[in-house]
Amino acid sequence: MEIEHVEAVWLEKQGDISVAGLAELSGLSEAELLELVAYGALEPIDPDEAQLMFAGRCVRTVRIAGRLRHDFELDAQSLALALSLVERIHQLETELRQLRVLIPHRSS
Amino acid sequence: MKYKDYYKLLGVERTAGADAIKKAYRKLAHKYHPDVTKDPEGEEKFKEVAEAYETLKDPEKRAAYDQLGTPRSGQDFQPPPGWESQFGGGGMSFDDIDLADLFAGLRSASRRGGRTRPDMPIPGQDYEVTAHISLEDAYQGTLVDLSLTVPEYDDQGGVRRVLREFKARIPKGATDGQRLRLAGQGGKGLNGGPNGDLFLNVALHPHSLFRVNGHDLYLDLPLTPWEAALGATVEVPTLGGQVSLKVPPGTSAGRKLRMMKRGLPKPGSGAGDQFAIVQIAVPTVLSERERSLFKELATVSTFNPRGHFEQEIKHGN
Repeated sequence: MEIEHVEAVWLEKQGDISVAGLAELSGLSEAELLELVAYGALEPIDPDEAQLMFAGRCVRTVRIAGRLRHDFELDAQSLALALSLVERIHQLETELRQLRVLIPHRSS
Repeated sequence: MKYKDYYKLLGVERTAGADAIKKAYRKLAHKYHPDVTKDPEGEEKFKEVAEAYETLKDPEKRAAYDQLGTPRSGQDFQPPPGWESQFGGGGMSFDDIDLADLFAGLRSASRRGGRTRPDMPIPGQDYEVTAHISLEDAYQGTLVDLSLTVPEYDDQGGVRRVLREFKARIPKGATDGQRLRLAGQGGKGLNGGPNGDLFLNVALHPHSLFRVNGHDLYLDLPLTPWEAALGATVEVPTLGGQVSLKVPPGTSAGRKLRMMKRGLPKPGSGAGDQFAIVQIAVPTVLSERERSLFKELATVSTFNPRGHFEQEIKHGN
């Protein structure tokens, strides 16, 4: 069995990314991604630019969007709502993690 | 090839209509979808449910599935004679595939056949795996062994399961929940379509000393009451080795002492911080001399850590 050696790149740190790049990574069409922008679920770096660009952290959001779109057969509006709730859960989990690390493991 | 009872997986009768199948799938998807539930077994359960729905929601595939008969779940079986010619899965070897591959093969066969151009490029499938690594490996960077059993299609549309083994380098800077993309390492594209990608989710094993938040590390730092009161220089472990930490006089329990850039390295440059969370440890067994010194301290000291109780009560707060 041949073992391949492959190099990996950080998904969230890959720099700014275009709509086409997000489409490739999420499985969503460019039109679906632009609908998410219109509903405010996805924020371009500069909404006034003709060629919209997105921060690397958006990759996580659009990959979740791609899975939810496919697995729950959601329309764009439902998807935007689900994403905003997922984002809130993510923020709460981050806060929870920040608080949990402060709890001592061992009692003195 | 092992049989799976897709109707049973969705909890519906074999005679169920399309609406009932969709309803059952959605109910189970809400219960098990990895983006919705925290059930550790949810992802596997969801994959099974999604696989069943992928076939039963499509009338052509459902008809092909129904023609397989009703072997027991988990039982080895072969499609009945003539099944391939009727449903377009010609060229497949049924020995080294599973039921999901069989129906994915039908889809690609039908794409190559009727509704789309035979030479239309089809991108390969993306795969997602989780690599569990230690905190030390995240700090230094590491090589992980990955093995995936994936379906591969040949030029005639035949499908077979192949084992692919990788050694993937996780560069230093990994932390819990981060994702790496291994471009082109997913399923092979067809007719010149691009290969899919492999996405690697990093999961850190819990550490006996350090807790992780992003690239910052947290460590409990027990101090004696006299170290906390008088200040001290203590040896503290970090992932890069022992360091001396100066504890200022009058340090209370719960204070966070920040050790800059002693956390996990960040991708590119920089590093998180390490925080030592102070705990005041009290000896449970005292020698005569220690007991006498503590008694003397109790007599001499005017320190009252509960002084604010009285003031708060007075002010009615």
